[in-house]
Amino acid sequence: MEVYLDNSATTRALPQVAELVTKIMCEEYGNPSSLHRKGVEAEQYLRYARETLAGILKVQTKEILFTSGGTEANNLALIGCAMANRRQGNHLITTQVEHPAVLQPMQYLESQGFQVTYLPVDAWGRISLQDLENAIRPETILVSVMHTNNEVGALQPIQEAGALIKRRNPAILFHVDAVQGFGKCRIQPRRMQIDLLSVSSHKIHGPKGVGFLYVGERVKIQPIVYGGGQQKNMRSGTENVPGIAGMAKAAEMIYAHLDEDTERLYELKEYFVDRISRLEGIRINGIPQEGCRATAPHVVSVSIAGVRSEVMLHALEEKGIYVSAGSACASNKPQTSATLKAMKLPKELWDSTIRFSFSVYTTREEIDYTLDIMYDMIPMLRKYTRR
Amino acid sequence: MFTAFLIKYAEIGIKGRNRYLFEDALVRQIKYALKRCDGAFEIRKTMGRIFVEAQSAFDFDETVEQLRRVFGIWGICPVIYVEDQGWEKLCGEVVAYLGEMYPDKNKTFKVNARRSRKNYPKDSMEINRDLGEVILGAFPEMRVDVHRPDILLNIEVREKIYVYSETIPGPGGMPVGTGGKAMLLLSGGIDSPVAGYMVAKRGVKIDAVYFHAPPYTSERAKLKVVDLARLVSRYTGPIYLHVINFTDIQMYIYENAPHEELTIIMRRYMMRIAEAIAKETECLGLITGESIGQVASQTMSSLIATNEVCELPVYRPLIGFDKEEIVEVAKKIDTYETSIQPFEDCCTIFVAKHPVTKPNVNIIRKHERHMVEKLEELMKTALETDELIIVSQ
Repeated sequence: MEVYLDNSATTRALPQVAELVTKIMCEEYGNPSSLHRKGVEAEQYLRYARETLAGILKVQTKEILFTSGGTEANNLALIGCAMANRRQGNHLITTQVEHPAVLQPMQYLESQGFQVTYLPVDAWGRISLQDLENAIRPETILVSVMHTNNEVGALQPIQEAGALIKRRNPAILFHVDAVQGFGKCRIQPRRMQIDLLSVSSHKIHGPKGVGFLYVGERVKIQPIVYGGGQQKNMRSGTENVPGIAGMAKAAEMIYAHLDEDTERLYELKEYFVDRISRLEGIRINGIPQEGCRATAPHVVSVSIAGVRSEVMLHALEEKGIYVSAGSACASNKPQTSATLKAMKLPKELWDSTIRFSFSVYTTREEIDYTLDIMYDMIPMLRKYTRR
Repeated sequence: MFTAFLIKYAEIGIKGRNRYLFEDALVRQIKYALKRCDGAFEIRKTMGRIFVEAQSAFDFDETVEQLRRVFGIWGICPVIYVEDQGWEKLCGEVVAYLGEMYPDKNKTFKVNARRSRKNYPKDSMEINRDLGEVILGAFPEMRVDVHRPDILLNIEVREKIYVYSETIPGPGGMPVGTGGKAMLLLSGGIDSPVAGYMVAKRGVKIDAVYFHAPPYTSERAKLKVVDLARLVSRYTGPIYLHVINFTDIQMYIYENAPHEELTIIMRRYMMRIAEAIAKETECLGLITGESIGQVASQTMSSLIATNEVCELPVYRPLIGFDKEEIVEVAKKIDTYETSIQPFEDCCTIFVAKHPVTKPNVNIIRKHERHMVEKLEELMKTALETDELIIVSQ
């Protein structure tokens, strides 16, 4: 039995997506900038994709900017806005638990003379609005807060943060990294007062190498990639038409029955958390008193005292179960997760934390299989630890 | 410009009646090395020399790089062939050659002719004298120095006339395959690939064994070892890599042996397994990357303990090397970057905080005695499930 529980790393593409991508690559492969019919055909796909994605977010089509994925969307949002607005101020705010695709551009901006405040989080990975309010200064130009934490599934108070920022100073830009949240939650930038929103396709059963950035029409931003002037000069480079069309298709299909899927995922998560908590020496990270429903429906972070995460991962792998140790995007280098550290997880558990992440494909049967194996395995693995 | 390489070989030159064996091995290794290069080559053995002749267009730098990995080669001389169409033609080609090769003409030179084709109108002495005169006329800045010339211009008169003056150093050593075969214990660290390289340099063909401990070591750790074997195989030719599943043995020792002795007993079983495969595959020795005192299991006392379980000699070419010296070679042979990728190998997972550094062999033997029956059985299973990967450049 193969059980893929690493959907926060990447997901299996929907068959309809793969079909559409193949069709465009083999048949309607034109360059959208070409003047002939092949180009027009390709351009229609882009238009359709923009309409679909804008429809889901309830924004205008011209506010959708295609990128090579979540990392580029974050880089463009942060570096593009910081540089374009540097005359208004040099202070940025983010959190200690962001993905490296936000933290690294922030560090780059620090090297370019910007000042960055990194907000701490509570034991469940959430920032406090009071901290945010205190961090805002007259020279603050941008706040970046992730929607859903990739390592523990914590949800940040985005709507409240948006309201707070705009109340303090409507000119401050609000960026949200929604790579883990899009496709799991309904996100409406206007209602939440979000100016920029990053999304990646391969986390929602679309192809890899594509994503988009929502850029509110009044946002002042400059490009970070220069070239042929595609996408109104904001992102040069021939558009990845099959990828973009595939992403839109995936989003369309996922959002068509989001509510049922979310409900099902929450039930699975509650079931999983309930059963695994009964094992001794287990700690579930990022779930507050209010319960699973206050967190993302698809991520569960579990610390298993006395079992190194890499060993647990490979032991599960032998049974056909795929999970990740800490955050998969960075996990081929053994390093401590900033999120777990910021959540003040006891030091001895840093290296014993496994992330399970579900998708629409995940079944109750798979969860049972995984739990049964963990019940068998954990006592055995605990025998063999470094003395 | 060049159409061939004259291969000067190292110690083969002094071998006696079995010299042809060495030359044949060298030709075979050169062929293996050039397989990956663009272009077709013919390798000719004539009168105590080996010529690599290009039969088509080829990439000079790539070809030289590959030849520099062939053990047994002392030097590589890029050669131009001149058709014998008279003295004037030869002089013209030689002057053009020197003009291109040496932009700075402020140099001393000596012409060194060798006339294999005895019906050539001039003898060697005449060629030396007359060609020298022509060169002095063409490049007045050049001077003759017959004792220590900057440029030793070789002219060999055969069917065609061969002209060469530069020697690119080769790796030395002896052609792989002339020295038998040995089993390398390959771990994924910095040392063992270097150890394999060093022994292969003496003409020894290399097979390797890797101890895999899933789920404690990852699939990536194994792939890393395959990558290392592939890098070493650029020098040694194809490597038969045996992957042994070591988990059960390691677990059993972990549960039943004093913790500080875990590593040393584990090493003893690795040596036993390596020797068993070595004997079955006609290897004449084992190779390890050990260096005295580097870690607890490499002190002289520990080496006694790991050495005594084998009958075959254990070659430890790095025994007197410092880590920095090993790293230097690893960088030279390009294994360093791969070796330092951070994956755990099975020696480090359960290592004790304070392993024994001066194990007493008698005590170790005593502790092993009550485990031996089960371990024999586990060893048999491990050997039966040996996964063989043939690794080639």
